[in-house]
Amino acid sequence: MIKHLLSIDQLVPDQIDLIMRTADSLREVGTRTIKKVPALRGRTVCNLFFEPSTRTRISFELAAKRLSADVVTFTADAKTSVSKGESFRDTAQTLQAMGVDAIVIRHSSSGAPVLLSKWVDASVINAGDGLHEHPTQALLDLYSIRERFGSFEGLRVGIVGDVVHSRVARSNVKALAKMGAIVTLVGPPTLMPPAVETWGVEVTTDLDEVLPKLDVAYLLRVQTERMNEKLFPTAREYAALWGLDRRRVAMMKPEGLIMHPGPMNRGVEIASNVADLERSIITNQVTNGISVRSALLYLMLGDTAVSDEDSEEDIDG
Amino acid sequence: MGVPGSPQPIPSGERVKARVLEAEDMSRALRRIAHEILEHNKGIADVILIGIHTRGVPLAERLGSEIEEIEGQRPKVGAIDVSFYRDDIGIRRPKEISPTELPFDVSGKTVVLVDDVLFTGRTIRAAIDALVDFGRPDTIQLAVLMDRGHREIPIRADYVGKNIPTSANEQVRVHLAEIDGSDEVVILEGQA
Repeated sequence: MIKHLLSIDQLVPDQIDLIMRTADSLREVGTRTIKKVPALRGRTVCNLFFEPSTRTRISFELAAKRLSADVVTFTADAKTSVSKGESFRDTAQTLQAMGVDAIVIRHSSSGAPVLLSKWVDASVINAGDGLHEHPTQALLDLYSIRERFGSFEGLRVGIVGDVVHSRVARSNVKALAKMGAIVTLVGPPTLMPPAVETWGVEVTTDLDEVLPKLDVAYLLRVQTERMNEKLFPTAREYAALWGLDRRRVAMMKPEGLIMHPGPMNRGVEIASNVADLERSIITNQVTNGISVRSALLYLMLGDTAVSDEDSEEDIDG
Repeated sequence: MGVPGSPQPIPSGERVKARVLEAEDMSRALRRIAHEILEHNKGIADVILIGIHTRGVPLAERLGSEIEEIEGQRPKVGAIDVSFYRDDIGIRRPKEISPTELPFDVSGKTVVLVDDVLFTGRTIRAAIDALVDFGRPDTIQLAVLMDRGHREIPIRADYVGKNIPTSANEQVRVHLAEIDGSDEVVILEGQA
């Protein structure tokens, strides 16, 4: 397995399959009375969050704890060394000196995880960097789709809404395409990234036209906090054109799924009564996130000091 | 229950040192072990067979069928994967993980762990650790098709198909029809 996970680009389909299968076993662990295995006992995982996050941070924390790793959390809020002016590099060197085995980083600057991976010996996992990528979100989304459909080949996935501000969309487009799904981006032109035509996916503004063809409608959060200018007139107008409401759900295939990376803006990209439908697997995505992140930690940290011995040889005893 | 695991071809030529068990030998050994399990536990009330992935799983299924033929009743059969409990994580490349399936309570039961080869004993140590996370069996016993010696921890088998002397660098390959297409056990020369 790879040492760092910085981008979906690093993974080939076989590795993604292995992560999914390993996640199956870790999901089973999550159903036990004792939801914990000793695999990473004595290892330390550091959550290094320069941007606010609830679900991703807690998800990684539970994922590490399911494997018995120790977890420390560093958030760049008022009480930490960052507020005292410590540079990113010095923070990295401090963690390096403390000897952590993995660093899960979220940062508002694209590329911060790549820099970090050059400074430390620990495995670095990108938990969202600027407008670049959020690879573990894409992996848990793949896992949630696989859970319902079994495979990806030929599945049509529509990623709807605020694509330009979405690292989730960037990682998902790459991951889904790798696995053989057909992706369509849907939304207002002001929320489409520049040069989107080079992404190799279909792009449209007409949600009603594509909805009946989709196996998955993946709604992105409208990220008003990242918008410096008005990119659409009002939330109401956005909801009328690109929000998923009951009327639009009725146009979907009966088995079509609704997904959202969270946190949701109910009433904007997704109607409240749609978010709670059975076909909306938003809470499954959250549950699966723990298993998928556990699988990654196990595969990345469990494979560090590898001997060249073929593991298929007789290690049974 | 599914039988995961990919076939391991036996290399042709000089690496095969000896063929130690043919298909008929294997089924006789399993039938004998089934009788021993019954005799030792005075029947199969409260007996559960748990195969250790990969090749312990079909062996446990077969022992279950043998017991069913003798007693007219099939014991519960489960599967356990010990990957997350191994003591060589980070030292050896992890093997592919298979699903643990224990859809019953093991507390108060007699659990017979089933594996193909008993070697260092480390897999069995991991299996016992994994098992007790699911409950507190009354007794844990161990059945193996082959015991090749070279224990590194104090573990022994209660039921053994065949003891074979080996040198530590040789390999014992068990092939099962369910995974590999045929039943046989061979010893391979160690790699230089």
